[in-house]
Amino acid sequence: MDKTINIKVKVWRQAGPKVKGHFETFELNNISTDSSFLEMLDVLNEKLISERREPIAFDHDCREGICGMCSLYINGHPHGPDDEITTCQLHMRKFKDGETITVEPWRSAAFPVIKDLMVDRRAFDKIIQAGGFISVNTGGVPDANAIPIPKKNADLAMDAAACIGCGACVAACKNGSAMLFVSAKVSQLALLPQGQVEAARRAKAMVAKMDELGFGNCTNTGACAAECPKGIKLSNIARLNREFLCAKLKD
Amino acid sequence: MWLKDSSIGRKLIMSISGAALILFLLFHGTMNVVAIISPKGYNMICEFLGANWYALVGTIGLAVLVVVHILYAFYLTLLNYRARGFERYAVTKKQASVEWSSKNMLVLGIIVLLGIGLHLYNFWYKMQWTELRHMMGADVDISKATDGIGYISELFANPVYSLVYLIWLGALWFHLTHGFWSALHTLGWNNDIWMKRLRVISYILATLIVLMFAAVVIYYYGCSLVC
Amino acid sequence: MAKKQNIIDEAKEAIQKAAETVTDTVKDVLEDEKTQKIVKQVKKTAEKVADKVQDIVDAPETKEAADALKDAAGKVAEAVKAAVSGKTEKIITPKDAKIPEGPLAEKWTNYKAHQKLVNPANKRRLDVIVVGTGLAGASAAASLAEMGFNVLNFCIQDSPRRAHSIAAQGGINAAKNYQNDGDSVYRLFYDTIKGGDYRAREANVYRLAEVSNNIIDQCVAQGVPFARDYGGLLDNRSFGGAQVSRTFYAKGQTGQQLLLGAYSALSRQIGKGKVKMYSRYEMLDVVIIDGRARGIIARNLVTGRIERFFAHAVVVGTGGYGNTFFLSTNAMASNGSVAMQIYHKGAYFANPAYAQIHPTCIPVHGTFQSKLTLMSESLRNDGRIWVPKKLEDAKALQAGKLKGRDIPEEDRDYYLERRYPAFGNLVPRDVASRAAKERCDAGYGVNSTGLAVFLDFSDAIKRLGKDVVAAKYGNLFQMYEKIVDENPYENPMMIFPAIHYTMGGIWVDYELQTSIKGLFCIGEANFSDHGANRLGASALMQGLADGYFVLPYTIQNYLADQITVPRMSTDLKEFVDAEKAVEAKIEKLMGIQGKRSVDSIHRELGLVMWEFVGMGRTAEGLKTALTKIKEIKKEFWSNVYIPGSAEGLNVELEKALRLADFIEIGELMARDALNREESCGGHFREEYQTPEGEALRQDDKFSYVSCWKYMGEDQEPELIKEPLDYEFVQRQTRNYKA
Repeated sequence: MDKTINIKVKVWRQAGPKVKGHFETFELNNISTDSSFLEMLDVLNEKLISERREPIAFDHDCREGICGMCSLYINGHPHGPDDEITTCQLHMRKFKDGETITVEPWRSAAFPVIKDLMVDRRAFDKIIQAGGFISVNTGGVPDANAIPIPKKNADLAMDAAACIGCGACVAACKNGSAMLFVSAKVSQLALLPQGQVEAARRAKAMVAKMDELGFGNCTNTGACAAECPKGIKLSNIARLNREFLCAKLKD
Repeated sequence: MWLKDSSIGRKLIMSISGAALILFLLFHGTMNVVAIISPKGYNMICEFLGANWYALVGTIGLAVLVVVHILYAFYLTLLNYRARGFERYAVTKKQASVEWSSKNMLVLGIIVLLGIGLHLYNFWYKMQWTELRHMMGADVDISKATDGIGYISELFANPVYSLVYLIWLGALWFHLTHGFWSALHTLGWNNDIWMKRLRVISYILATLIVLMFAAVVIYYYGCSLVC
Repeated sequence: MAKKQNIIDEAKEAIQKAAETVTDTVKDVLEDEKTQKIVKQVKKTAEKVADKVQDIVDAPETKEAADALKDAAGKVAEAVKAAVSGKTEKIITPKDAKIPEGPLAEKWTNYKAHQKLVNPANKRRLDVIVVGTGLAGASAAASLAEMGFNVLNFCIQDSPRRAHSIAAQGGINAAKNYQNDGDSVYRLFYDTIKGGDYRAREANVYRLAEVSNNIIDQCVAQGVPFARDYGGLLDNRSFGGAQVSRTFYAKGQTGQQLLLGAYSALSRQIGKGKVKMYSRYEMLDVVIIDGRARGIIARNLVTGRIERFFAHAVVVGTGGYGNTFFLSTNAMASNGSVAMQIYHKGAYFANPAYAQIHPTCIPVHGTFQSKLTLMSESLRNDGRIWVPKKLEDAKALQAGKLKGRDIPEEDRDYYLERRYPAFGNLVPRDVASRAAKERCDAGYGVNSTGLAVFLDFSDAIKRLGKDVVAAKYGNLFQMYEKIVDENPYENPMMIFPAIHYTMGGIWVDYELQTSIKGLFCIGEANFSDHGANRLGASALMQGLADGYFVLPYTIQNYLADQITVPRMSTDLKEFVDAEKAVEAKIEKLMGIQGKRSVDSIHRELGLVMWEFVGMGRTAEGLKTALTKIKEIKKEFWSNVYIPGSAEGLNVELEKALRLADFIEIGELMARDALNREESCGGHFREEYQTPEGEALRQDDKFSYVSCWKYMGEDQEPELIKEPLDYEFVQRQTRNYKA
C-alpha cells in the first residue's frame, strides 16, 4: 500500500500583523507520500483542532497550481524544493522520513504577515492597477483576426502571461524586488500590437508604483526566475529595462 | 529625478558606471601587459600618464565613477535591506542557477575597494600624486615618479604583497563575472538567446582582465625569485 | 369630436376600475370555485365594451383606443388567471421570464432596441454591488464602471485575480467560423441546446451564441495571448459535443488568460476609482428594502468585522456549488453560500440537481485527499480512452502487476469509440463520465481502487511526434506527473470522473434578474444557459457573455427606474436587522463548541452526495440521501467545533458558515433529483435509461425548469415550474453514435 513517513513540521506562528511571531514544532506520523504538502497541513490542522488548539492559517484555494493563492517558504525555497510548481502541487514524496520541515511565510516589507503563514499581497494588485492593462472599453473593438500577430510574439507573450501573481519572486529575492512580476506583465503587453500603443506609459507607471510600494531594487541575481513556479524568464526583466529606459529617454 | 528615485534609474547608474570602470580595467590591464613585454615601454607609458592635463582629467573622471558606483551600491543595499523587511528567513538555500557572486556583490565590492586603496598607496601615491605635489611646489623627489617598473618589481618581490594582490584580483574576478552581463541586462541588452552568451562572455572578459593583472604580479614575483 | 373622446375616456376608466375591482376581489376569494367564471366574464365584458365603443365611433383614433381597451381587459383576465392557477400550480411564463417577442435571431436585437437606458449624468448617481470577481463578476464590474456606474466589488480571496475561473484550462467557444468548417451562430446555439439535453431556454442560448463572437474580439483587444498559427491568425481546437473546431485557447490556461484579461479591465477601473474593491470580504446576506435588493452585509475576513453596504442594485456572480460534494474540481473556497442567502430571501433556486461530472480528472488516491484535479477535456482530442478487454488484465492492473503499456493493442477496449462511432472520444462530458462508470462498475477499472480508466497518447505520439504532443499538452502532462509521479509520455494516464460544474443555480429571467427585484445573478451562479449539461469551453463563454455583453445592458432596464432613488443610509432598520441576523448565526455557530471539525462533517456530506446524488441516482437512494443529510445537519448544528473567536481572521468559522449552506444545497439537490423522474444531461436516474444504458428523457412530463422557492426553516420548498417550449428547435434524443 501507500508509503508513509514521519516528520516534524516547524511552522511560523503569528497571531496578527503587529504581533511578534515565533516558531512552533509539531510531530506528524504516518503521512502518506502520495498526499500533497497542503493535505499534510490539513492533517496537522485536524490534529490541532482535535486538541482544541487553533489551526495554522495559510492561504490556498484552487490546489492545482494556477490561482496563485498558496505561498509558503518551505525549507528555504518558496513553494518548496521541487521545480516549477506551486506549494499546492508539492507532494510529500519529496521529503524524507524523519525530516524536519521548516515552513515560513513570504518575507518582504511589501507583503506584511496577516496571520501565521498568510501574507497580504495586495501590493501586486496596486501595481496592475497602475498600468497593467490595455485601455479598451467593452465593445467597439476590431475583429479578433483584424491584426495578425507573429506566432513567435504571441507565444512569448503567452509565456510571460503565465504569471500567477503568487509572489514567489519577491519572496525569493534577497532584495524583495518585484521586477519579475512587473516585467512579465509589461512584456506580455509590449509584445502584442494591441499593447504596444501605451507600452511606454505602462512601463513607467508600473515601475513607479512598484518603487512607491517599497519593493527593492533588482540586482539581477536571478533567484526569482529560478524559483518561479511558472518558469517566467529573466529575459523579461531585460525587456522591462529596455521599455522603461526607452520611455524615459524619449521624455 | 528618476536616476535617483526610480529603481531602474538607480540601476542604470550602477550599470553605466560599472561598465565604464570595466573599460578602464581593460585599458589598465593592457598597459600592465606591456610591463612584461617591454619594461621600458611601460615606463614610457608611466611618463605619458603622469601629471598631464589629460591624465588628470581621466583620473578625476575615474574617481567620480568609482565614488558614484560605491555610493549607489551602499544606497541600493540599504534600500534593499529595508525592502526585505525586518523578519528574516530562518532557512535559506541557494538556487542552483544563481551565481554566488550575484548575491555577494557588495562584499566583493568592498574587497575590491580595499584593494584599490592599497593599490593607490603602492603606486598612484608614489607616482602621479608625487608629481602633482611637485608641480604645486612641494619639495619632493620626482626622479622615481615615472619608474613604474621599479615599483612593480620592488613590490611584487614581496610574497605577502603578491598574495594580497592575487586575492584582491580574485574578488575582482567574481565581481566582474556578474557585473558585466548584469550591466548589459540592466541596460536592456539581453534576451533569451543572449542570456547564456553574455554569461560566457562575462567569464571570458573577467578572466582576461584578471589574467592581465595577475600575470604582472606572478611574473615579477617569479623574477624576484630567479634574480 | 370632443364628445367621442369623452365616451372613450369614460369607457376606458370604467373598464380599468372594473378590472381593478375584479383583480382585488379575486385575490381575496381565491378559494372560491366561481373565480374562473368571473375571469371569463371580465374578459367578455371588456371585449363587449371595446366593440361597442368601436361601433359608436368608427374613426382611426378610436380604433386605437378600442384596441387598448381590449388589451387592458386581456391583461386583467391573465392576471386573474395567474393568481388563480398559482393556488394549484405555479407556472413561470415566457412573459414572466421577460423573453422578448419576435423570431429567435431578432430577440436580442429587439430587446436592445427597446430597452430603457440610463444617461451618463444619472449613471454617476447609481451604485451597483457586484459580488465575485470571476469571469462574470470581474467583467461585469469593469463594464459597468466603464459605462459610468459606481461599482463596489467583493471577493473572498486576497485578490480578484484568484477567482476559480482561473483554473479553466481548455478553451472558450465562439461561432467565428475562422476554420471555415461550417460553424455559425445557429450551429453553436443548436449544439448548446442539444448538449444541454433540451433543458435550456432557447432565447438565452441564442443570445449567448450571438455574443460569443464579441467576446473573442474583446479579449484579443485586451491582450489575451490566444494561440495563433504561423500566419498570425487565431488557432482553434475541437471540443466535446461539437463537430466543428470553434474553441479558442491559450495553451492549457485559457481560463487564466481570460480571467486576467477581465482582471486587468477591472484593475483599470479600480485605478480610476470607479470600482471600489473589497478583497477578503465575504458576503453574508442580501438586504431587501420594499421588495428590492438594496445592499449586502459582508464580513471583513481579516478583522472579522461585519459591515453594511448599500447599492441601487446587487449583482451576484459567486460561481457554482460543486463543493457540496467536498471532493470536486472546484477551488477550496468555492461555495454556494450567496446563492443560499438570496434563496432564503425569496430568489428561486433552479434545477439544483443538474451537476456536471467531468470525465477527465485524476483519480482519487487516498482518504486525506482534499480536492480533485481536472485534466483538460482538450486531452480527449488526441488521447484515446480505454480499459482492458479481459477481466484478468484489469485485475492485474488493479494489483499493480501490470502497467497500461504492457497490454497489447488487441486486448484494449476503446469503449467510447466502440459505442459512439460518430463522436468517439469527443462525446459530451456526461456521456463520457457514465461510460467510464459503467466500465468500472463492471470491474474493468485500472488502478488500485478500480475507479480509473486509461487516457492514452501513444497513438498521438506516433502520429504527431512527441514534440507536437508536448507543445499542445506539455503543461498538463507535467501537472499529471507531479501529482501521480508517473510519466504520461510512457504510460497511459489514468482518469476518472469527478464533480466539476453545476448547471443549476439561481433562477433568472432574460434580463438575468432573479425573482427579487434589483438582484441579478450571472455566470455559473445562475441556471440559465446550459440546460442539464454544459458543453466544454462554454462556461468561459457564458461567464464573459453575461458580464461583458448582457448584464451591462439589461441592468439598465432596471436602473432606469431607480434614478430618482437617493443613496440610502445603512442605518435603516432593514440593514440593522440583516446584520443582527448574521451576527446571531455566527454567535450560534461559535457557541456550539462540539467535538467535530468542519471538514470532517463536510467529508461526510460529500460521501453521501457522491454515493446517492452522484453519477447514478435512484428514488430510493435519493430518499436515503435526504434522511442522511438531515442527520448531518443535526450533527453539524449540535456538534461542530470552531476554535478561536469570531473577531479577527478565523478560517474555521468561514468554512463552517459555508458548510451550513452546503448542507442545505445538498438537500435541495436531492429533492430536485427525486422530483425529476427522468434522465437528462448531468442528471441520471437509473430507473430511466434505454436498454443500452443511455439517458431517457421524459419530455411530456419534465420539460420544465424546476424552480424551488424557500418557504421557511424546516418547511418543504415550493416547486414552481417554467415550462420549456421549443419554438425553433426540434427536440430529439441526443445521439452521438452516428
